[in-house]
Amino acid sequence: MSWLQKLLPPKINRPAGINRNKVVPEGLWSKCPACDAVLYRTDLEKNAEVCPKCSHHHRISARERLDLLLDAEGRSEIGAEVQPLDPLKFKDSKRYIDRLKASQAEVGETDSLIVMQGSIKGIPAVAAAFEFKFMGGSMGSVMGERFARAVQACIEQRMPFICISASGGARMQEGLFSLMQMAKTSAALTQLSQAGLPYISVLTDPTMGGVSASFAMLGDVIVAEPNALIGFAGPRVIEQTVRETLPEGFQRAEFLLEHGAIDMIIDRREMRDRLANMLSVMMRLPSAA
Amino acid sequence: MKTSFLDFEQPIAELEAKIEQLRYVQDDSALDISEEINKLQQKNQNLTKDIYAKLNAWQISQVARHPQRPYTLDYIQGLFTDFEELHGDRAYSDDPAIVGGIARFEGQSVMVIGHQKGRDVKERQYRNFGMPRPEGYRKALRLYRLAEKFNLPIITLIDTPGAYPGIGAEERGQSEAIARNLYVMAELRTPIIGVIIGEGGSGGALALGVVDHLMMLQYSTYSVISPEGCASILWKSADKASEAAETLAITSTRLKTLGLVDRIVTEPMGGAHRDPEVMMQSLRRALADELQRLRVKTIPNLLQARLERLMSYGKYKEGSAR
Repeated sequence: MSWLQKLLPPKINRPAGINRNKVVPEGLWSKCPACDAVLYRTDLEKNAEVCPKCSHHHRISARERLDLLLDAEGRSEIGAEVQPLDPLKFKDSKRYIDRLKASQAEVGETDSLIVMQGSIKGIPAVAAAFEFKFMGGSMGSVMGERFARAVQACIEQRMPFICISASGGARMQEGLFSLMQMAKTSAALTQLSQAGLPYISVLTDPTMGGVSASFAMLGDVIVAEPNALIGFAGPRVIEQTVRETLPEGFQRAEFLLEHGAIDMIIDRREMRDRLANMLSVMMRLPSAA
Repeated sequence: MKTSFLDFEQPIAELEAKIEQLRYVQDDSALDISEEINKLQQKNQNLTKDIYAKLNAWQISQVARHPQRPYTLDYIQGLFTDFEELHGDRAYSDDPAIVGGIARFEGQSVMVIGHQKGRDVKERQYRNFGMPRPEGYRKALRLYRLAEKFNLPIITLIDTPGAYPGIGAEERGQSEAIARNLYVMAELRTPIIGVIIGEGGSGGALALGVVDHLMMLQYSTYSVISPEGCASILWKSADKASEAAETLAITSTRLKTLGLVDRIVTEPMGGAHRDPEVMMQSLRRALADELQRLRVKTIPNLLQARLERLMSYGKYKEGSAR
């Protein structure tokens, strides 16, 4: 009997199997997948969804990301009007159009990238964040176009750009259109660079495939969250190809830092302060402190 | 060299064997059966034509991967003169899965870069089946920069299953190497023409594929993921590769219709490997055309058109915000 069961009054202390989930109010408790600690949801929320016991960074939604990063006032969304189509009439066991509708209903977003203009500790900026729950944060035409519009807004208003990635890579259901988003987003970044504006790429768990092999690895500064899985090929694909067991910590943020692929690892709870600091230095703004 | 036949070409193979047999018989026979042989050859031609007119996407990807298909170095030898291969990324190693160098095309100085597959077991291993590691992409990057410096138009020949998924490749930054090429090619101050000569495998192909003009040989493919890979993820079974190939839209005709490819270069009947000479001639004409067209553009115009082209990729609708 776990300590939680012992704690519960006998009235609701029923044997396992009779739907214990219904007894405990949903979403009140959460179990850390890394250290198995049972956490009070509000504690987790107050701690930026980082486990207070082991500092494991839980996956969070795009809007939570943007809430953690941007000032509360003066935000406006960019590119929400851009919405997905099914150019190939793609169908596997399910039609792409049905997968889209299901994801939209379940997640409450129209596609995998959310872009918000606002400010970070008073510094005007545009931030984009991936919604991993939306088809694995996959990169399709909408993601690419919203990214391009984000960059365009930065250039027009001379603001820095931050992109927080969490993606499995390309969206197969859009075929080659998906692949071409790698070229499109990279091309957009050449324009931002020519305008002399900073681009900070934040890599979170997971950042793989076509996303990693394009804009995510093109940051002027590349930041990762602790222990985030980051790479081109997925670990299973590599294992099948080389028929070896992968080394401990392979493709984790710490591994990338050690190999010189990223600039730094930042704890989510310090992300806003550190990004604001870097932006203010790069934009040659007076120190906030 | 004896032609090797794909599964769906078996009827052609049988007929060819029969013709071969008759030829053998005729050599030491008083009977003249040459008319019979001619008839069979005509029949064979029609059969090939019929089969190739109805190829599905999965069959086309078999042709694109045909072991006898001409590879980059074959095209370099057939189409270019004065080729000097340049090696190494100046940082770590030389990757034999990508070859490149300076050369002349119809007398004009150019840079040519392409993926290289191997012909026999040993060479396949040496070329890593045409799957580049980061140093391959960084060699290509170095050659892009050289071409820019000397105003050499670039011709890339694309033929890879994809970038190599290996431990060392990840350690040395496979993602960054590909990303950097996309970025640099987008603003490179010299014309770039890309030709998909066999397999255009995902990001590993795109790192040579950000271009002003993209051609595909008729039976080549270009895809975000291999049909087998897509089938094993979405259908949970690699046996559905044929269905995946169809729905992924990987063939030259589909991609031309979708506006993702500019020009299809016709292949000889039965594929490029059946008559490499004819293949070289039609590719030569196509390249000469496009080089001529791009050469007259000023660099600012060229870059503007390239940017507009890149930014136009994607199909979406503009609805009301949620």
